[in-house]
Amino acid sequence: MMDIMKRIYMDHSATTPVDPRVVDAMLPYFTEKFGNSSSLHSFGQEAAEALSMARGHVADSIGAREEEIIFTSGGTESDNLALQGVLSREPGKRQHIITSVLEHPAVLSTCDFLKSIGHDVTYVPVSSEGIVDVGDIERAIRDDTVIISIMHANNEIGTIQPIEEIAKIAKDNDVYLHTDAVQSVGKIPVDVDQLGVDMLSISSHKLHGPKGVGALYVREGTSLTPVIFGGGHESGLRPGTENIAGIVGFAKASSIAKERLGTDPARMGRLRDALIKKVFNTIDDVRLNGHATQRLPNNANLSFRHVEGESMLMLLDIAGIAVSTGSACSSRSQHASHVLDSIGLDPDYIHGSIRISLGRENTMDEVDYLAEALQETVAKLRQISSPVEC
Amino acid sequence: MYSKKIIEEFTNPKNVGIIEDADGVGEIGSTIDGDVITVYIKVDDDVLKDVKFKTFGCVVAISTSTMVTQLAKGKTVEEALAISNEDVQDALGGLPKGKDRCSGFALDALHKAIEDYRNKS
Repeated sequence: MMDIMKRIYMDHSATTPVDPRVVDAMLPYFTEKFGNSSSLHSFGQEAAEALSMARGHVADSIGAREEEIIFTSGGTESDNLALQGVLSREPGKRQHIITSVLEHPAVLSTCDFLKSIGHDVTYVPVSSEGIVDVGDIERAIRDDTVIISIMHANNEIGTIQPIEEIAKIAKDNDVYLHTDAVQSVGKIPVDVDQLGVDMLSISSHKLHGPKGVGALYVREGTSLTPVIFGGGHESGLRPGTENIAGIVGFAKASSIAKERLGTDPARMGRLRDALIKKVFNTIDDVRLNGHATQRLPNNANLSFRHVEGESMLMLLDIAGIAVSTGSACSSRSQHASHVLDSIGLDPDYIHGSIRISLGRENTMDEVDYLAEALQETVAKLRQISSPVEC
Repeated sequence: MYSKKIIEEFTNPKNVGIIEDADGVGEIGSTIDGDVITVYIKVDDDVLKDVKFKTFGCVVAISTSTMVTQLAKGKTVEEALAISNEDVQDALGGLPKGKDRCSGFALDALHKAIEDYRNKS
């Protein structure tokens, strides 16, 4: 007989299930209202209208104006457009970018590419709690600095960066500020004016919308060039027939997430804090990575001494719980997470980290179940790893 | 994806432990690298009477460790030295791509344990 086991999903920083209301909103745009928004006939008008409504909803969810939203295929493309779009305004001119060691690969790899074509990048370090020092950013600014890109909340350890303060420095020095807010939008209030950013990346599938769609907020007056070429869609910044169904779903998800901001963060924070408390009460040699308070309410990144992350993940998966690990397989060909490396985590702990990212559906019962499963998992792996009999 | 056999061996590893009066001990790796495998052997009349391990590491590190000990147990020293990485992988139903790098560590630890035994005797 097959075991019928409930599966518990606690990996919402990786992706989220699409809200059924989002699916409902999207469906007509595949079959009935399938028009191309550039067409002049009624089919096209329907699509254009949906696109405009969606743009309004996404803009509203971050306090932006409709025309400041450029739809893209997701967070990675938005990051690429922001960075490459600013630097390619003056082809052949060597320019300078400031970013941090903690960024998502979408920013770090784009910076690698920009370096390879002759630009210069400064990577500011982070504290042991995973927060950048605003002074470091200020000191890194040079005459040829054109953009600062610092993520709003980190995908692994959930730390929230002081974007407002960085924005002041950027403004004083006439440098653009971009933030990757893929992890924060929908989890905590995000307002582009309050943050003071010029560009901000969002991804739909992190907030219970469909995959393959996202946006780059571009403040009015920001000078940006496209990085792919074609028709004049998205103010010429992102050519290609729009993914209307995806965009409609993204907009619906953004509106729902905004409505839920009044309750979700506090609720998730309570679950998260209860989890951390239970883990610290029942398991020895454990650490919480990142900042104690300056972090996303749904993120707990924990490191356990003498256990390895992938092994923990697999045992938890067998227990029906899905989490993720920052520590790649311990094979020597792969390195531990650059984020955990950047906060200088003790080598005894660095390979034994897991990221628990809660979502709307998670309950206190599930948190209890995870805490118990973690206790068993860590005990089992320590029994296998311990250099002494136990 | 891991084979069913790997998951089975990983979840119920055999021969976990330390042999207090081991005739040979072999250790590979460091906590900085992310895995430490220690293999203990008890040799009687040139036969590996007992083989045990302790492993700090990933799914592959743990499942290859238990498999190496199971393959080596009861074999002569020469036979144990002849166990290949391929034998270990085959016994585990194959390894996913990109995971074969660390598959040899457990075997290296066994070889080191045998070397240690030979140096002593």
